[in-house]
Amino acid sequence: MAFANYPKQEILRPVKGSLIVLSLGLALLLNLLPLKGVVLTLWPDFIALMILYWCINQPQRVGMTTAFVMGLLMDIGDASTFGQHALAYSIMAFVALVFHRRLRVFGVLKQAPQAGLILLVGQSILLLTGLLDGSQFPGWDFFLASATGTFLWPLLSSLVRIPRSPKSDSDVL
Amino acid sequence: MEMAPQFFRHGPSLLARLVFFVLLSLALMAADARLKFLFEVRQAFAVVIYPLQRLASVPTAIYDTINEFFVSQHLTDENMHLQQQRLIDRGQLQQLGALQAENAHLRKLLETAQRLESKAIMAEILHVPRDPFNRKVILDKGSQSGIQPGQIVVDDVGVVGQITRNYPWLSEVTLITDKDHSVPVQVIRNGLRSVVSGTGKDGMLELRYLAVNTDIQEGDTLVTSGIDGVYPPGLPVAVVSKIERNPSYVFAHVTCTPAAAVGHHRQLLILSLLTPVTENPVEAIETKPERKKREKVGIR
Repeated sequence: MAFANYPKQEILRPVKGSLIVLSLGLALLLNLLPLKGVVLTLWPDFIALMILYWCINQPQRVGMTTAFVMGLLMDIGDASTFGQHALAYSIMAFVALVFHRRLRVFGVLKQAPQAGLILLVGQSILLLTGLLDGSQFPGWDFFLASATGTFLWPLLSSLVRIPRSPKSDSDVL
Repeated sequence: MEMAPQFFRHGPSLLARLVFFVLLSLALMAADARLKFLFEVRQAFAVVIYPLQRLASVPTAIYDTINEFFVSQHLTDENMHLQQQRLIDRGQLQQLGALQAENAHLRKLLETAQRLESKAIMAEILHVPRDPFNRKVILDKGSQSGIQPGQIVVDDVGVVGQITRNYPWLSEVTLITDKDHSVPVQVIRNGLRSVVSGTGKDGMLELRYLAVNTDIQEGDTLVTSGIDGVYPPGLPVAVVSKIERNPSYVFAHVTCTPAAAVGHHRQLLILSLLTPVTENPVEAIETKPERKKREKVGIR
């Protein structure tokens, strides 16, 4: 049974450092888009998604340091307290790094709900720090961003996989 | 592959790294929220992120210009017609006339508004942060354009907020709806002075500490009183939308709606400062206990 369900794994080409930088830069760009209203509520945290992806797939290259620095950049972009996003992202990166071997066993679709849980943890930390700073509870729709992030996970991870897929069919000798 | 695979990775364990980063971020948060000495660090990060912020606003800018193009093609005639209609309506309104006291007030208001517009800088909203905990917007003018923290930001209808942080090419505006923001106001109808505070929710302000029997009505317009020396007097701030007078409480619960519509415009006006910014009052208070201690020592 275990073998039957085991996803077909292909040997991917090594990740270039530029791909990681580019994806994180694009994620930052997507997070900074000037949106408002419903779209803003539903807009997932792309940086959190990209950090999760790289922590799961390239744990030796992207870790908590990257997450922390991206968090600081996001704090400036979001005009929030310096260190708020950094805290949330580094804890998310920690959870992803702890579970990265287990998560890689699953296919992209089965990974999504688990990545969603980590996103939820990150948002809860943001909420907690916000509440400790004296803010009001922003309402339950705050967590909808995690839900859209979960739905986007399969799409995003297959998109990032494209540059890494083998050039030719490996079965042909 | 450029790098040799690392089979045995040295360095601190995951948990140790987590503890380090958690402590570091907690220290940063404390330093930023309470001590306010991270100005230079923030500036450095802001410079890194600035090109991305600019780039991120490009799609909406393109959308706006395209939209404007089509709208202007179709609606030029209608626009002219409406403008004429507006002029006629205005004349009729003036003929109708309101109460003389109200008129005088309004005229005063208009005067101040006109005087201030000449000293204003136009800025565009670059983006609205997705952070639901604080009400802020980022404007595309910064210290290079002479923007200083403390300047007032208005739109065509009323006060939007105040500049709280400036970067070389950007500035952060704390909206009047932010939970930590208050504006000294005056009721137009009877001149009652109070302070209107943000609630942290969009489109909601409140007047705190007004006695239950205070003379205030729903629909009252609140304008800046100007007694603070920061906000110029007479700028519309909010309209009283709901009053709950419960005799079992000392204070009435007064909710107001901001006059300015932040979500509807991209352009805002930054007014120049009336008086130079005063020193941070928090620091002034914090230095007082030290003096007392010294005095005590002196007595001994």
